[in-house]
Amino acid sequence: MSSDEIWELRLYTAGQTPKSLAALANLKRLCEENLKGKYRIEVIDLMANPRLAKEHQIVAIPTLVKKLPSPLRQIIGDLSDKEKALVGLQITPAHR
Amino acid sequence: MAKLETVSPNKPPASRPLPKAATGIDGLDQITAGGLPKGRPTLVCGGAGCGKTLFAMEFLIRGATQFNEPGAFITFEETGEELAANVRSLGFDLDALITANRIALDHVRVEPSEIAETGDFDLEGLFLRLGLAIDTVGAKRVVLDTIESLFGGFTNQALLRSELRRLFRWLKDKGVTAVITGERGDGQLTRQGLEEYVSDCVILLDNRVNDQISTRRLRIVKYRGTSHGTNEYPFIIDDKGMSVLPVTSLGLSHEVSNERMPSGVARLDTMLGGKGYYRGSSILISGTAGTGKTSLAAHFAAQTCRRGERCLYLAFEESPSQLFRNMRSIGIDLEPFAKKGLLKMHASRPTLFGLEMHLVQIHKMVTELNPAAVIIDPISNFISGGTTGDTQSMLLRLIDFLKARQITALFTHLSSGGNAGSTWEGTDVGVSSLIDTWLLVRDIELAGERNRGLYVLKSRGMAHSNQIREFVITSDGIDLLDVYVGPEGVLTGSMRAAQEEREKAQAAERRQADARRQRELDARRAALQAQIAALQAEWKGVSEEAKLLAAQEQARESAIAEQRAAAARRRGGDAEKAKNEL
Repeated sequence: MSSDEIWELRLYTAGQTPKSLAALANLKRLCEENLKGKYRIEVIDLMANPRLAKEHQIVAIPTLVKKLPSPLRQIIGDLSDKEKALVGLQITPAHR
Repeated sequence: MAKLETVSPNKPPASRPLPKAATGIDGLDQITAGGLPKGRPTLVCGGAGCGKTLFAMEFLIRGATQFNEPGAFITFEETGEELAANVRSLGFDLDALITANRIALDHVRVEPSEIAETGDFDLEGLFLRLGLAIDTVGAKRVVLDTIESLFGGFTNQALLRSELRRLFRWLKDKGVTAVITGERGDGQLTRQGLEEYVSDCVILLDNRVNDQISTRRLRIVKYRGTSHGTNEYPFIIDDKGMSVLPVTSLGLSHEVSNERMPSGVARLDTMLGGKGYYRGSSILISGTAGTGKTSLAAHFAAQTCRRGERCLYLAFEESPSQLFRNMRSIGIDLEPFAKKGLLKMHASRPTLFGLEMHLVQIHKMVTELNPAAVIIDPISNFISGGTTGDTQSMLLRLIDFLKARQITALFTHLSSGGNAGSTWEGTDVGVSSLIDTWLLVRDIELAGERNRGLYVLKSRGMAHSNQIREFVITSDGIDLLDVYVGPEGVLTGSMRAAQEEREKAQAAERRQADARRQRELDARRAALQAQIAALQAEWKGVSEEAKLLAAQEQARESAIAEQRAAAARRRGGDAEKAKNEL
């Protein structure tokens, strides 16, 4: 994949639950480590806007959706399993 | 099949009945004594294609339309469009209800191929969506169809289970009446053991195939805190949705009527105590093939309709138009009654579906039409749809059901054997004891002819004839004639006709002899009269002669006196004396 591609990531949470906070923290760290400077994170609190859960077909919380680059991928969980998260997002680790 | 479980008499009278949410599904509310447990989840499980989704949907739609309880439908399998299309064929307009905000529908799609699990998660998203759906319409009823799909979408089963437990708890706290559907699994009610979480009410749907005939059945496996029917109840899904048949043996407590219903054949009424069948009784017409059972039944149908009462005719051998044509040939036109709506013909093959389904159908039609008479032509064909025991039990329930409604039931029965006397007085389906009036139409074979004879084998509660009547089908309908009983046995058909001819000839002969004798007497009288006239004429002649004689005598006397006087005058003496003497 081209290196200048912007990663659009959307994290769905439901309120400030420990799981949601952990997911956001894990995501930020993961992006900083592997996609520095070429990612965008949007956090959607479904508690504030439950209609979006229906519209975006969200069942589990937290859910991370990789909108770009395609293909669209969904990752659920607090992203504590780093390896799985990377595989799920199809990110090639920058530093090994 | 036993009767409904009754509430035990030693139950504390002060017990508060469990609040229930009526389903509106025909019959189900009867079995559950009011509906599903209000504010609690109910598990509806069963194999593929047994009607789980339909059950859930009907529960929701009827709630929204009949009981003012809006509902939320969370579907995990089918999309909203698919569901709407599926229930449209059952007469439900789901789209309109969604537009009117009576039903909220959410399709939860879980695509395992797109999902990766990385650590801890929960199903808060589902909760939020459910909450949203409930809040948009103010739902009192919720359907989750089929929540087990979630198990295919997530790998962390332990987490999923704890979330489901939380979900059902949450539904209870919300106070919604929920229906959760689940696919039947091996050795347990659902594949994922949902019954573990939903323990208030479990309904099992089943679609069993027996001898290539499938029957849908419903059973309430468990219903906490209430009495319920424990049997398997057959149900059907037709163009008006689901209907469950709580057919039970009603016992023998039905009211009886003294009213009579004419049979449509005047002479038969005479045989049945002069008035016909009792209203609400069960009548069996049995006989071998081609003995006129259907014709007798058609007479009764026509007679019932003529009085302006409704009649349900279930034909299991002929199509309605064939029956109309055939009956028209013997002078019974049933078609106008059918057009007027008095007569409802329903023709189907008994093997179309199982006995239970037939029963459900008859039940449904009777409830809809509310007829005065139901004719089943013939019941013997039901044996092909089940075993003898099944058939008997079905007919027993049918007869009980009809009797309780004071509906006169007329069954025809095709006896299989024509050679042995025993088969005439027994039926293959063993219903004889359930029957009030039993007519037997029999072939009488004599002198190279087959003729029909009709007997009243039994007729409860009336003085009925013990005579055999010859049964003739003419172009003007059925006629019953006397049978000649002579030294050679009963005479029917052309032998009866010959006997009639003989009697006619004898009568003519007698008439001729009488006339001849009359003529003889007339002639003799005339002769005597002539004699009398001759004698009278003679008498007249004789008496006239006598008169003439007397007159001559007098003339002679006076002539003598004259001569004597003249002689005295001539002598001149005693002239004065002679003058005085004159």
